[in-house]
Amino acid sequence: MSEQFEQGLAALRQQIDSRISSYFSSCVHCGLCAEACLFYTETHDPRYTPIYKLEPMKKLWRREHTFWGKLGSLFGLTEPVTEQDFADWETLVYDSCTLCGRCSMICPVGNDITYMIRKQREGFSVAGYAPDGMKEATKRALKIGSPMGVTFKTLQAALAHVEKDSGLKIPVDKKGADYMALFSSMEVVNFPEYIESIARIFDAADISWTISSNAFEATNSGIQIGNKEAAAELVNRVVIAADELGVKYVISPECGHAYTAIRWEGPNLIGRPYSFEVVHILELLEQLQAEGRLQLEDKNTTPMTLHDPCQIVRRGGVVNQPRELLDSVAENFVEMKDHGVMNWCCGGGGGVSANERAEPLRLRVFERKKQQLQETGVNTMVTACANCRIILEEGIEHNEMDTEVLSLTELVAEHLVDGSKKK
Amino acid sequence: MIAQFIDGPLWVFSLSVFVIGVVWRIVMILMAGNRTDLSVPKGSASSGAIRTIFSRSIYERTAATRGRLLQIAGYLFHLGLFALLFFAQPHIDFYAERITGFGWPAMPHWAFILSAELAFLGLLLLWIHRLLSPVTRLLTDLDDHVGSILVFLVMLTGCLALAQSFEALRLIHLLLAELLLIYFPFSKLMHTFTFVMSRGYTGATMGRKGVNA
Repeated sequence: MSEQFEQGLAALRQQIDSRISSYFSSCVHCGLCAEACLFYTETHDPRYTPIYKLEPMKKLWRREHTFWGKLGSLFGLTEPVTEQDFADWETLVYDSCTLCGRCSMICPVGNDITYMIRKQREGFSVAGYAPDGMKEATKRALKIGSPMGVTFKTLQAALAHVEKDSGLKIPVDKKGADYMALFSSMEVVNFPEYIESIARIFDAADISWTISSNAFEATNSGIQIGNKEAAAELVNRVVIAADELGVKYVISPECGHAYTAIRWEGPNLIGRPYSFEVVHILELLEQLQAEGRLQLEDKNTTPMTLHDPCQIVRRGGVVNQPRELLDSVAENFVEMKDHGVMNWCCGGGGGVSANERAEPLRLRVFERKKQQLQETGVNTMVTACANCRIILEEGIEHNEMDTEVLSLTELVAEHLVDGSKKK
Repeated sequence: MIAQFIDGPLWVFSLSVFVIGVVWRIVMILMAGNRTDLSVPKGSASSGAIRTIFSRSIYERTAATRGRLLQIAGYLFHLGLFALLFFAQPHIDFYAERITGFGWPAMPHWAFILSAELAFLGLLLLWIHRLLSPVTRLLTDLDDHVGSILVFLVMLTGCLALAQSFEALRLIHLLLAELLLIYFPFSKLMHTFTFVMSRGYTGATMGRKGVNA
């Protein structure tokens, strides 16, 4: 047994709390969770049954937390968790789980299987059994500040373009601003229109906001790979920057897991509550609209559907806001068959998009989203997560579909009343 | 001699193992501990927990064909067994004499027969599914089969005992029920109690996030 594996096993052991003990005690092996997982429904491979992905953790729980397991281990009859188990399960834990949480919504005994897989990754990551792509992304996030290697200079270049296009000054390191905006690297590199959109919306709504040069990255590779120390470090950078600038709110961008990271896991990772509030961009936009500060006009007549990003909607609780916003800019908003908290994942969440070896499987299970889309008969899909957006675009390209993917925030910005529109 | 043992000391022993074992298991789960959630909640954890404890019993329409079979069979088995366990006249008489000291209205004979048939049908469907589906075949372990077999035998001998009114069959039924009670705390049958915890924990977490789980 290698030293690193022993450390991984110890990390896994630490994850078994009351919740996980109750989950394993309740599981009756009914396999219903398989029906909620796109990796199973699109492949019919039983190994992709969500609860089966937790066999190593279950083995440890059984050995150390049950009567038969303890008795058996006294006589050498209970099988221990081996390094081979970690090696065999690595792809199930990382490649075939997007932490989308759909299985957690369907389990008859209420097991939050996603929470369990998230926790199991802590052990795997420490033991070194994680995809190279995710390891590298985490290293870059810690060293450079972004999983994609985006530096503040890169952001500055994007901001210069935004300022030129919008005619607006983007506030950086403005002390005493009300809001501090975060971005995902994907937005900075692939979708800088998002930055321009929020700049124009905030200008129209007269929002006092800023960007921190020290912490602009919202994503958290530490959470995806399952490394709580790295995750805490990344959250802490945002917390320090927000405290230094004295902001009241931190805005989580159109990125699903960034919201889970900063909104729900963050305080628990750093071990203390924040001195500020975290608000998702869609929550803020809906609030501004409700307060009459966001004036929109000219509804789009093109039929549109909404892809719910799992971490924002199902795992984040931002369910109605995207619908309210889309309803106010689209005249023909068509819901997908399974929508809201039961929507199907794009297939690239939970670090799968950063995991190159998972790409063939990811593209295969995109069939579920393709089918969901085709059922609506709509060719324009709106979403609110840069990662979902890139994954959806790749799936659409791969399947040669005629579907356009739009950002909800960008769509809202396009419908600002005259005077606040793109100059 | 054997009859007296089954009716007396073994009953007391099995009931004690069951009660102590169940409490021990629940205490052990609780002792594993949970960290306080420091994130600011959007909704109520307690409301979420209560909602999920009940809502997960509601039919999940998004589950596909195999899921529908599982859910329907699950309803048949659990509802049938619950009715038999708590509303069959012989059981009420047994509880009144041995545990509670009082009885309550029993279901009519036709309802007993119907409950038994539904429970058998549900259990057999679940068991066949367990044996045939590649998913459940992969997940199933010895405990799942032992639990299913014990419950099946207890139900079968219970029905036979009622139909035959034969003392030996009643004793076999009681003996098997006692074995089930002894096995219960060390098995997956514990989900009878722990489902409240698992549903509650998830419901509380999701309730804090403002999600109806």
